[in-house]
Amino acid sequence: MKILVCISHVPDTTAKISFVNDNKDYNKEGQQFIIGPNEELALTSAIDIKEAKGGTITAITVGQAEVEPTLRKALAMGADDAFRVNAEPKDALNVATQIAEVIKSNAYDIIITGRESIDYNGGQVGEMIAEILDIASVSGVNNLELEEGKATLQREIDGGFEKIECEFPLVLSGQKGIAAEPKIPAMRGIMMARRKPLNIVEPIAFEDATVVLEHSLPESKAACTMVDPEDMTELVRLLHEEAKVI
Amino acid sequence: MSVLVYTENWDGQFKKLSFELVSYARTIANQMSTDVVALSIGELADDELAKLSNYGADKILNLASEDYKEFNAQHYSNAIFEASKKEQSNVLIFANNIRTRAIAPRTTVKLDAGFVSGCVAAPESVEPFIVSKKAYSGKAFARVQINKDNKILSLNQNSFGINEDAKTANIEAFDCPISASKSKVIELKKNTGKMSVLDAEILVSGGRGLKKAENFALLEESTEILGATATVACTKPVADLEWRPHSEHVGQTGKVVAPNLYFAVGISGAIQHLAGITSSKVIVSINSDKDAPIFEASDYGVIGDAMEVMPKLNAALKAFKENM
Repeated sequence: MKILVCISHVPDTTAKISFVNDNKDYNKEGQQFIIGPNEELALTSAIDIKEAKGGTITAITVGQAEVEPTLRKALAMGADDAFRVNAEPKDALNVATQIAEVIKSNAYDIIITGRESIDYNGGQVGEMIAEILDIASVSGVNNLELEEGKATLQREIDGGFEKIECEFPLVLSGQKGIAAEPKIPAMRGIMMARRKPLNIVEPIAFEDATVVLEHSLPESKAACTMVDPEDMTELVRLLHEEAKVI
Repeated sequence: MSVLVYTENWDGQFKKLSFELVSYARTIANQMSTDVVALSIGELADDELAKLSNYGADKILNLASEDYKEFNAQHYSNAIFEASKKEQSNVLIFANNIRTRAIAPRTTVKLDAGFVSGCVAAPESVEPFIVSKKAYSGKAFARVQINKDNKILSLNQNSFGINEDAKTANIEAFDCPISASKSKVIELKKNTGKMSVLDAEILVSGGRGLKKAENFALLEESTEILGATATVACTKPVADLEWRPHSEHVGQTGKVVAPNLYFAVGISGAIQHLAGITSSKVIVSINSDKDAPIFEASDYGVIGDAMEVMPKLNAALKAFKENM
């Protein structure tokens, strides 16, 4: 089983967000960057597959040299090798095109992404890769079982859940449930990661389909109206008469 | 030119979000002085289909073929692509949920389009095409320009609203042959009775402050009093402890919700949880810790032990409902 895991390099989930350069760019000053929580689970599920069935795991991300520590962490967790496509990831279609290009020359059985990156929350790249390569895809997978020649996946959908059978190669995006807890790299893994191959690939020419012009922060809420815990009738009155939500 | 909107249905009826999507498409079509074409996939009665015209659809394409009975990302995205070619649509509108996340990116590749997901408002301009979306899991917004002739937008539920704008629309049968399947749904289970946290208008959500799974009965009681559009939600730790199912987990790695009313009961307000609830219209928090960060994100706050406050709240809600 040859598995490719697409990793995003994103600010820590607890990061306080701010912007620089006329609100065009994310303020990286003093911020810690991590493997996105969904991709951390995606990578962990790949490690589970490898442990059960054997195979190899490759991690890939599109980014400048600054993303290499994140890829090294993926190697420390258990990926065998890694690719960094040397480009600034600004647009999902561009990122998907770059990754698809790498896949064309390295046939993988399963390509796993996270449900969404936690910066732009698009959840687009995996499905775009599948379409570019004309292969099957399943998004938002909570559970994955592999058999000879096919994969059985479960996912929650709005209003229910479905079980899907899929042939290889296949792209899936994983989320909560696909692996128990994200794997924490052991010291041995961290030492070994330094010697594992991290290959740098130059991007193919592709114009961004979308451009972020600027960012803004949500307006802060007006002060919270405190209500006496003994007087819930008053709270209900406020919700009905003032907020008009019940 | 036209704006094509992909609508969604469940059990023979349009989901409420479909009316919001058509309203959104109508606004964009007005900005571009063009028509709204709504595409429905699945078996719906004509009077149900005609409802889309109440919100501004000029034409309704009805794909009722048996081949589309089960959801398949490749087939669905291809049908949408074919519909957009037929209608010469250069703007396509989708919801932003698990299923559309499978089909909108594929349609983007087919149309060589620019795709902005998670939009929260109508485009501020259509020439150039600039639209705002949520970013950083609700912690920020981004203004994005699309530099392609074809534009695809997915709209966050409850961020635009439903506007009535009655048109006279024709319902036109539409079909599109399917290719061999690379994947198939082998089992589909529908939740019975309970509304999903994404569709609910009122969420009564509990955190670790509720101390044990059994105490969620107090929250269930509130949702019963509040009616069919209310349901229980929870935080990540609560789902991890298996007090509640993961389908109810609201937050950065769970569901991002936008109800009219969100009760945060025994929830301290970790930044990852807040990311999932900031689009709620009104937030009420009940917490024994007066310094809990949840109060900063709330419209109404009650400082008190959830186990003591909830029975009083339920009694007050009950009295209110009985007097209505």
